[in-house]
Amino acid sequence: MPKVALFVTCVADQVFPDTAAATVRVLEAAGVDVVFPALQTCCGQPAITAGEPEAAARLADHHLDVFGALDAGEIDAIVAPSGSCTAMVCHHYPTLMTERRAEADALARRTFELTQYLVDVLGVSDIGSRLDTTVTVHDACHGLRNLGVGPGARILLEAAGATLVEMHEPDTCCGFGGVFSFGFPEVSTRLADAKLGHAASTSARYLVSGDLACLMHLDGRRRKIGPATAPEPIHIADLLASGLPVQP
Amino acid sequence: MTDVVDPSSPDPASTQPASTQPASTQPASSRAGTGHAITTPGVDFHDRTANAVANPVLQQALHNLDRRLRTAGTAAAAHPEWKDRAAAIRRETLLDLDGWLDRLDRTLTARGVHVHRASTPEDARRIIVDLARACGARTVVKSKSMATEEIDLGNALEDAGLTSVETDLGEYIVQLAGERPSHMITPAIHKTLPQIRDVLAREAGTDLAVDREALTAWARERLRGEFLRADIGITGVNFAAADTGTLVLVTNEGNGRFCTTLPRVHIAVMPVEKVIPRLADVGFLLPLLTTHATGQALSNYVTMISGPRRAGETDGPDELHVVFLDNRRRTLLGTKYEEMLACIRCGACLNVCPVYRNVSGHAYDSVYSGPMGKVLTPLLSGGAEGADLPYGSTLCHACSDACPVKIPLGDMILALRADVPDAHTSERRRRRLFWSLFARAWSTPRGYRITTALGRVSRGRVPGLRAWTATRELPRPAREPFRDRWAKEHPGERP
Repeated sequence: MPKVALFVTCVADQVFPDTAAATVRVLEAAGVDVVFPALQTCCGQPAITAGEPEAAARLADHHLDVFGALDAGEIDAIVAPSGSCTAMVCHHYPTLMTERRAEADALARRTFELTQYLVDVLGVSDIGSRLDTTVTVHDACHGLRNLGVGPGARILLEAAGATLVEMHEPDTCCGFGGVFSFGFPEVSTRLADAKLGHAASTSARYLVSGDLACLMHLDGRRRKIGPATAPEPIHIADLLASGLPVQP
Repeated sequence: MTDVVDPSSPDPASTQPASTQPASTQPASSRAGTGHAITTPGVDFHDRTANAVANPVLQQALHNLDRRLRTAGTAAAAHPEWKDRAAAIRRETLLDLDGWLDRLDRTLTARGVHVHRASTPEDARRIIVDLARACGARTVVKSKSMATEEIDLGNALEDAGLTSVETDLGEYIVQLAGERPSHMITPAIHKTLPQIRDVLAREAGTDLAVDREALTAWARERLRGEFLRADIGITGVNFAAADTGTLVLVTNEGNGRFCTTLPRVHIAVMPVEKVIPRLADVGFLLPLLTTHATGQALSNYVTMISGPRRAGETDGPDELHVVFLDNRRRTLLGTKYEEMLACIRCGACLNVCPVYRNVSGHAYDSVYSGPMGKVLTPLLSGGAEGADLPYGSTLCHACSDACPVKIPLGDMILALRADVPDAHTSERRRRRLFWSLFARAWSTPRGYRITTALGRVSRGRVPGLRAWTATRELPRPAREPFRDRWAKEHPGERP
């Protein structure tokens, strides 16, 4: 049985613990044993996007201490329900942590985004979830472009029986961008409106993504302008877990 | 290479009923020092993006052309292997930029071309104005060139008493409007057809129809006279082959060829990174440039220039001058920003950028806009200009993906947030203190636990969230973090 360490991300830990729990259920449904390294905090991505690499490196040091210490013989992979936080580790750590380059490279090789791990690494598509609904998928930028996360989310959803309706420009940014959403709220909001509009045109029930930050942004905008205006933003782990058989 | 009214592809702007388009031009504000009007004024990049989003006429122009801009990237995506080869050629050049420049200097000189080296924009302006005076020139025709925009040559020529006319149609429109290009390939893309009519009608002194064929015909007639009258033609350079001393120039309107053949003197302004090792490399780089710029397999005109008119030839100038422009470019060699010099100015990164597509070029208030402008503007000015541009990015990396020569633009934009030298501002100092304290707290499980507990107690009501919450709801912290739930469900597990 493969064994993975959950890299929960600070957003899921503090704001969306249900998504973190759903991630565990999805992994277990795929036949994976999950452990939770309790000393983890934040990967440092907010600091690096704010233009503060020294602060980011300090947080990265801690993340590397926690996850780098996991015995590679015992733990097969480190999995996060976020393309963005995974990209911080896989894409940015190696150049950010020049003094621990070899450790950072090793960590990057064993850290994966959830759908990437399930579909590309394990080769799983049907985890036993059954969904009788329509979905449209937003490709979160960092997963797509920093990690090369492929069609894993779509494969998992269709294997669960969901009807996929593609929206216009599924790979265009939702406008979140971390500090950008605070510093440039007009453009940020406009991009969210465009994304919600494209999603609404599909008439899908759910707007699915693998990144909580995008979903927080899109749902925040949707709740402001009226929930009826667009499909409900939902993390892929939450949706897949909702279709799993009820646990005894 | 402008094709703002390229007859080969229907301009969506013209398909709009004219009556739905506000005919008046937007109030433009003049930027101190440069004399350029910008359609989206504001005190900083954020302010200008907000104004751009709130400008309905600009949004109409952008909406109409959005689809067309995206087409270019789609056409180019079919050939990923071209990118590898092109990226390799550009990096080979940068490994020995000075060596290739020296070689180009020798081959050009051997063909009777005069080579000048300008280390600053001031140097370049002085060299060109001196050349114009030496040959007694009074009028200049220019072919669209970002390098001449960079050195603000048009204003320098006017100041020296010369008449300078832009001959690319889009560039001509923005020159008449007193503006600068808003897109490096399609300079007037921020204007609707009725606005363009107003600009041209003012110049014509008569009323003109809101009709692209009629407007183009009027400009064509007017510019024909300018070509015949001009003493000097000034162009940029798309590629310069070091092995043969060949200058390659790409246009869609044929204006570049007029500029390089009719006037007595041709001056080409060439940023140093335009050099390529071999003429044979053009076979690769040229279609890559045109597919990424406009979706064309090849531009309507490709001009290859190998020296001034020789004895027995009927066309071409008496004199050909090439000005190598450095402007801090060589200081980037050997730094993490070196690859920015691989840029071939195709505009693909602008066309895919979610920010650019919503705000257009004037919001950047710099010569270069879009993702490449966010990188190049602070680098070429030593941080004096565009220091806030790198923050105006969602870091979606669509630009990095679109780049035909694989410049990691997204990573550079991120790195510049830390590297742009504005560390003396109090805002930067406050920010640094905040993130330093944040990192200190969150780099220990105990600090993380205490600060997040405080966040729960305050129900997420912390200062500084107004910019978000004005247009979006912000979720509150959960009552119980996941780690506590896990600990309850897995008692006895070591931390």
